[in-house]
Parts: sequence; structure tokens; C-alpha cells
Amino acid sequence: MTAANSAAGASQGGPLLEVRDLSVHHGQLQALHGVNLSMPAGATHAMIGANGAGKSTLLRTIAGLHKPTSGAILLDGQDVSRLRPERRVLAGVALVPEGRRLFPSLTVQENLLVGTTSRRPGPWNLDRIYDLFSWMADRRGQRAAQLSGGEQQAVAIGRALAANPRLLLLDELSLGLAPVVVRRIYGLLPQLAEAGVTVLLVEQDVSQALAVASHVHCLLEGRITLDGAPAELTPGQIESAYFGIGANGKGLRSEQPILGTGPQAAGEAPGARA
Amino acid sequence: MIWVNAIIQGIMVGGLYALFACGLSLLFGVMKVINLAHGDLAVVAAYLALGVIAITHVPAVWSFVLVVPIFAAIGYALQRTLLQAALNRGVLTTLLVTFGLSVVIENGLQQFFTANSHSLNIGSLVSDSFSIGSQITIAFLDLTILVLAVVVLLGLQYFLSVSKNGRRIRAVADDREAAQLSGIDYRHVFGIAAAIAFGTVALAGLAFGMYTQFDPTIGTDQLLLYAFEAVVIGGLGSLWGTLVGGILLGVAQQIGAQYHAADQILAGQLLFLIILVLRPQGITRRRETA
Repeated sequence: MTAANSAAGASQGGPLLEVRDLSVHHGQLQALHGVNLSMPAGATHAMIGANGAGKSTLLRTIAGLHKPTSGAILLDGQDVSRLRPERRVLAGVALVPEGRRLFPSLTVQENLLVGTTSRRPGPWNLDRIYDLFSWMADRRGQRAAQLSGGEQQAVAIGRALAANPRLLLLDELSLGLAPVVVRRIYGLLPQLAEAGVTVLLVEQDVSQALAVASHVHCLLEGRITLDGAPAELTPGQIESAYFGIGANGKGLRSEQPILGTGPQAAGEAPGARA
Repeated sequence: MIWVNAIIQGIMVGGLYALFACGLSLLFGVMKVINLAHGDLAVVAAYLALGVIAITHVPAVWSFVLVVPIFAAIGYALQRTLLQAALNRGVLTTLLVTFGLSVVIENGLQQFFTANSHSLNIGSLVSDSFSIGSQITIAFLDLTILVLAVVVLLGLQYFLSVSKNGRRIRAVADDREAAQLSGIDYRHVFGIAAAIAFGTVALAGLAFGMYTQFDPTIGTDQLLLYAFEAVVIGGLGSLWGTLVGGILLGVAQQIGAQYHAADQILAGQLLFLIILVLRPQGITRRRETA
């Protein structure tokens, strides 16, 4: 996390993504307060937190849709905080936005082709994407608006992959989808990791996030309140970080990070779901 | 037979209206810009043709070879500077800016070219015609403009549905932010759309200048109004809608003129109002369900 580390880090085992002291405002409202985050290449990290905690804001800021008030975003040691979103795609950042946001009047194939705009070289092309989602090739001529929610989510992931990202940001993949569809889509993540894609996902379904991620970060009111590998975290720690319940167990919202106070915190139900 | 003739003449002039309207429709469809200077731009193209003809001595009919590319370049430049700056401040700002542009253009034209009317002299081509039966006469120029309008719309349709830039234009029109996330520089795509819109409006302005006389204020007094009416009648953002709208407007005007010469414009406006009340989404568009 030090400056020296990241300067030497480019392509030599340094973090692929480093977020330093990032603050973002939406008008008067401060959505993120000095967020720090570091991800090694090839990892799958999950960002959990309640509604309005700032998860989507963080992903959208990394993708370039929001301008940070202060702080920096480094991709492979390069500061990308000032780049426009389309330049970040070229640098290797792709976001699958919340709500899928396909181009409804374009066909499946056209959606994927638009994803290739940056022409980044890499393993992902249309054929490989059609291999990943076996149903997709047969329906390439269909308009995106006519697809089911799960199919749209798959096309949205395919469109992002078509840009050959080094860092894939996934925002609320499970939103509005049936559990069986969610399981199928999350089942793809190991294949992406094998292909060398680094994944940062935002998820409200905490148990889902803990199942797929090697590392979880919890956001509460714009601050990181928890950071660790799922196996090393107790349900109580996660719950207190998620809800902001203080160590005294009185259920008051804490303004302070509560990492380290977890063992004493009240923790009845494991795998808390918002 | 008089009515058949009125309908045929209406269809002919409808092609010209469609040519005016398709640029307006494209700018609105892609970037939600309502270009109030659209009619004035057509007039500027006609004046530019006067200049081009005076300097190069090309026949008026061929002036489009220079004027259309110049206008496309102006469109791209204007979009990347003034219009983009207005868009960044909100869609309503573009209304004010294009209105201001319209005022500047009209006064500038009056300053440099006086308020006298001009026309693009195409010699005997303007009156050449052929007859069907004894009562229906079709002017070659009118027919050429109608064919030109259909060819332009076909070309535009083909470009939008097949080419890479056409696909990007449609993607940006669908969802600008998602397009950025896919690596598209939407400002460049807006510039391309504006270049096309300016090119078509230049073509329309030249056709109009050959068809009849123009003066510095006719852009807003007539052309902008007709273009808006054609777009609304046909359906906003639909290319074929603008052709249908333009033709229906032309036919309504010609039928109105058969009753009384003064009713020509009134009849067009009445059709526009009736469509606006009964079918606000336009003739060719289904009502949005979402």
C-alpha cells in the first residue's frame, strides 16, 4: 500500500488495482470517505455493504463515471483517476453496470461488437464469448430487449469481456434474477479467474459474495469497515461491519471503523443477508 | 382529377420536407438536441452555394459536391465545441444555444446578403416537366428531389444498421453511459451524427434554393416549422416516419391549396395538430410501453 510498493509494482507482482484514500461526493453528499483498496492480479474480491453504503459509487468511480474529490486510482501502478471512462476501457477496466444496461434496440451480436470498440488485444473474442454462453450464438440476431433478465446479464458480461479487461467490475449481478440463474452466473467466475481476469464484484447477497471471493471488503456509509479473507472472518465480525453495530452491542451506528472489535460484537445469524 | 394532381404534387414536395426533417430527427434521436437553427442552416447552405458558384463557376446543380462536405465538417466542429458545451450544461441549454445561433445566422445573413431574395439558378431545369394525361404535370426537379430524399433516407438507414459507426450511433442513442463503458467516445459519435445531419440539411437547403426563392429569414419562418411538423406527424426519431410525415404534410398543403391558395399552410398545420392530439407518437411509431 505504500507509494514505493506501487511504483515498483507494475507487472511485477504489485497490485493490479490500488485505490488510495478515495473520496467521492454526489453534490453535497459525501458518498466515499478515504477508501483504500488493493487487489493483486488474478484475484476475485467482493465488496459487500448495505444499500447506500457506496459500493456502486466505488465501482463507478473506478470505471470513470464519477470524478473523485480526492485520492487516486492506480491500475498496474499507473494513475488512471483522470482518464475518461472510454480511455479506462482501453487501459483494461470494464464495468458491468447495475441493471445490465444493454443497448435494447441492438441485437445480442451488436451489443457484443460494441464491446469490442477499444480493440484491446486479448483472449476474448466473439467466438470465445459464444463458447462461454452456449445459448448465445443461436440467438445473436435477437434484440437485447427481448431477452430474459438472466440472459441480459450474460450478454452484459459478454460485452464487458469483449473489451478484454484486466479488471472486471461486476455491480449487483444477482439483482432481480431467480436464485437458479444467479447460481449459474456466479458459476462462471472461476472460469474468468482461470482466464486471468481480475474481478471486483459488488453484491448485496453476502453469502453469495463470501462463497466466490478470496477476499471481502465491507463498506458502511462510505467507509471500509472490514477487510479480509472469508475464511478468517467470523459471522459476527461481518455482521457488525455490515450494520455498523458497535462493540457494546447496543445496536447504535458507529462512525468509527470497528475492525478488531468483532469478536465481542453480537453475532447470532451467520451469513447475514440484507 | 384536380385532386389526384394535388396529391401527386403533395407527394413531390413531401420529399423536400422529409429531406429537411431527417437531420432534425437524427439530432434529436441521438443526442436529444432540438436544433432551432435547423431551418437557418439550410438557408446558409443555399447562400454558401451562391458563393461557391460565384467563385468556381460550377453549375448550380453540382454545387452540392462542395457544399455538403463543407457543411458536414461545420457540423462536426460545431458539435464538438458549441453544442457539446451546451449539452454539458443540460439539454435545455441546447434549446437556448440553438435559438441564439438562429438569431445570429439570420442577422448575419441580412447584414452580408441584404434581405433580398435569391435563388439558385439551374436554368431551364427548373421548368422542365412531363405530363401524364391532360391535367397532371410533373416537374423533373420535383421528382428528382423526391428521389433524392428517398435515396438519402435509404442510405442513412443502411449506414445506421450496417456500418460500425452506425452501430455506435445507435448504441449511444440507446444508452450513452453504457456506450462509454464499452469504450465509445460519445462526443466523437455525436460529432459524426451532427456531420450527417448538417450534410442532409445542406442538401435540403440546396434543393430548396433550386425549387424556389430564399431570403435570410425563411429558415425559421417556414423551413423549421415544416421540418418539425414532418417529424411530429411521422414520429420522432424514425427515419421512415420523416418521409411519411413529409409526404402527408405536403399532400395536406396541396389539398388545402386546392380549396384556396391561402389555406395551403393552414391545412398542413391542421393535420399536424390533429396528429398531435390523436396520435402524439406519430404515424409510424407504436406507443412506448415502457
